[in-house]
Order: sequence, then C-alpha cells, then structure tokens
Amino acid sequence: MPRPHGGKLVNRLTKASKIEKVKTEALEIPKVSVSHELRLDFENIAFGLYSPLKGPLTETEFDSVVSKGRLSNDIPWSIPILLDVTEDEASKFNVGDSIAIESNGELFAVVEVDDKYGWDKEFYSTNIYKTIDSEHPGVAKTNGMKPVLVGGSMEIFNEHPGKFPKYRLKPEETRFLFKEKGWRTVAGFQTRNAPHMGHEYVQKTALSFVDGLFINPLIGKKKAGDFTDIVIIESYQALIDSYFLKNAATLVTLEMEMRYAGPKEAIHHAIVRKNYGNSHFIVGRDHAGVGSYYGPFEAQEIFEDYPDLGIAPIFFRNFFHCNKCGGPQNDKVCPHGDEDRENFKGRIMRKLLAEGKNPDPTQMRPEVTETILRHEKPFVE
Amino acid sequence: MSDKVQIKISKELFDKVKEKITGTSISTVEEYIELLLENEFPEETEYTKEEEELIRERLRRLGYIE
Repeated sequence: MPRPHGGKLVNRLTKASKIEKVKTEALEIPKVSVSHELRLDFENIAFGLYSPLKGPLTETEFDSVVSKGRLSNDIPWSIPILLDVTEDEASKFNVGDSIAIESNGELFAVVEVDDKYGWDKEFYSTNIYKTIDSEHPGVAKTNGMKPVLVGGSMEIFNEHPGKFPKYRLKPEETRFLFKEKGWRTVAGFQTRNAPHMGHEYVQKTALSFVDGLFINPLIGKKKAGDFTDIVIIESYQALIDSYFLKNAATLVTLEMEMRYAGPKEAIHHAIVRKNYGNSHFIVGRDHAGVGSYYGPFEAQEIFEDYPDLGIAPIFFRNFFHCNKCGGPQNDKVCPHGDEDRENFKGRIMRKLLAEGKNPDPTQMRPEVTETILRHEKPFVE
Repeated sequence: MSDKVQIKISKELFDKVKEKITGTSISTVEEYIELLLENEFPEETEYTKEEEELIRERLRRLGYIE
C-alpha cells in the first residue's frame, strides 16, 4: 500500500470533545457561504482524501499549482482547491482571523485565514482547463466564481453524512479494510456510469495482476441524461455480486465534483485514490474530458510528467466486443479489423434503457440491465 | 555511523533515472530509488487499539467485513 500523498494522512475533523466549543465560537465570527460542492471538497480535505492539503490554497500555493502542477514544496498537485469570496465578505476579516463556513444555512467548518488575494481567471483556466472557452463547464464555473480567494487551514466540526453513508468510507477506513482483506496491491477504478461489459473487462484485466479492485463511483452534480447515483451504485453491486470473486472487489463512493479538466483532473483523481490506499489507478481514454478540449490520450500522457506521483497508472486505450474473439478485447491484443469489432456505445445503451429495452448481453450484463430497469427514472432529468 | 548504505547500479540506468527526474520534486537518483522501494515496503498505517475497534466495527456494520 502506498504512503499517503505527502507522507501523512491529514485529519482535519474537530475532535469530538471540542465540537461544542468550536461550534459556539463559530457563531461569533464572520461567515462565508459556500456551495454544496465546495463543502464536499472541504470534507475531502478533512478526511485526508486531499492529503497533504490542510485547507484552501494560499496565493503561493495557488501560483505554484496553477503554473507548475505542483505545490510549492514540489509535491504533485494539479487541481487547486479554492475558497472564493466577494469583496464585501473579504472586507469583514483580516489575515490571522478565523472565519466560519456555512452551506445551505448550516455552519460546518472554520478556516484560519493565512491569505487573501485576487486572481486571474484567464491564467487559471488556461493552465487548468487548457482553454478559456466559456462553453467548457469548468471555465464557465471559474468565470462565475467570486473575485477574492482565501487561503488557510481549516477544520470541520459538523460532518455531512453524505448522500450514501453506507458507501462512504474515509481513507483511514479503506486502508484498514485493505489490510484486513490482505490486499497489498489495489487498483482504483473511477466511474460515473452503470457498468457495461467494457468496464468489467477493464476491471478484470487490472484485477488479474493486483490483489483487489476498488470501484469508486463519483457521487455529485451530474448532467441531464446521466445515470442517477443510486442506479450506478445498485448496478455495480449487482455486477459485483454476480461476476466477481467474493473477496476481489469493493464498492466505495467518492463525493466530489467533476471539473472536466481532463489530464489535470486525471492526476487529481490518482492522488485521491493513492490516499485511499490504492497502489494502481486505471486511466481510460479521455479520462475526465468533455467535448473535444483534450486529445483522447492526453490524460494518460500527463503521467509522464509525474514520475514521483507514488501511484502506478494502468492505461487502457480502446476496448470493444470482438465477434471473432467472442468477447471483450482491446486493441493491444485483438488482431481483427473494424468489421469484427463492436464498440461499447454508452449513448446507445442509455437510449435503449430509456425506452425500457435491454441492451445486447454482449454489451451489458442482464443483471445490470434488470437493476437499471427496476428504476422508473434511471437518468438525471 | 551513517544510516545509509551504498549500492551500485549500472551507469546507463543511472542516467535514465536522472533524465526522468529532471524538473520533478525528486532531486537525486538516490531519492527516486528510495521512493520506489518505500512503495514496495511501505510503513503500515498505525492505529490505536481503540481506533482499530471503532473502524472494524463500522466496516462490519456496513458489510465490508464479516
């Protein structure tokens, strides 16, 4: 199992014995409201998923991460975690003060302010998203963010139970779990979809040379037409129950927003899995991409710049069902031509499922299909 | 007495590693090799008895372990 990123698992959850005191103090200090997505980021810092971060980035760290893809001490870090505030909000506190953070009217964290600074959104988007096109969802979000950034260290005194508490584990728990299972090497698989045969093929190919598979769906804001979170979880559970050895795969959710930052986000996803205790991370074609902003394999190529990442990427290029081979294959092992290959077409599978029809069993397991079709509304509207 | 020992690797491999780490947080070949080996023989996360019991109980309750 790899060490946590930066060497030590961060824990920024207020100790139980101090919660009441911190909560009372939070009522008396300036408040800043944040989105639910930023609350999730703060919780991920507190749980240690973003180790070694202890809070939103200071200006020095912001400049270093945006321009170099590394923290100022050169530890790889590719996606800045930012606390943005209005000028009016910023005028109510100074460096050295503490501020209370609330989301949906609920106070949940305190930040000790180390820094307040303005930022150049074009510089940010150019480096993180490789575009300033406002059609890109990450750029659009950046453009809508507030003008002042606050850096510092934080602690969470009011932990959100999460959307699916049964599946939400902290890194100290997953690391313990892997140890209990006797898994020395673990491959992390990130997903935003119900599984089709291509996904299972990739997972089992990876599993053939590691001890365990860590299926880690991203739970969070989704776009219309995507599978709902509950459908993703239940369909994976159906797949694991029917097609994996008892002690081979585990399902844990990750509550985190997608940035669609392609290569930079692939590095971020790998770091989070390293903190969970994964030794390997599966990176497919166009990982975390959107539209045509990134080349199909850019999210794999960027790993060349991070030999010190401390988690091994496993790259998959194209996989498909081959009629001649009689099963799922990839372009490194199948000698047949396009006429024998049928790509796994998620869009077509979703269309069939939306009409209540079953995709071909060579594309999706019947148990998975049945699970999806048990839901009246399996897609985000 | 130093807690470091010397090992020898081929010059060719040394040069390849040196090239690979240029521009990264790793400043020496020794550091890179130590990092690789640390991942091969990592330090176990240490839990107190109490932490261990709490985590085991939660994982059992959630169905992750029996």
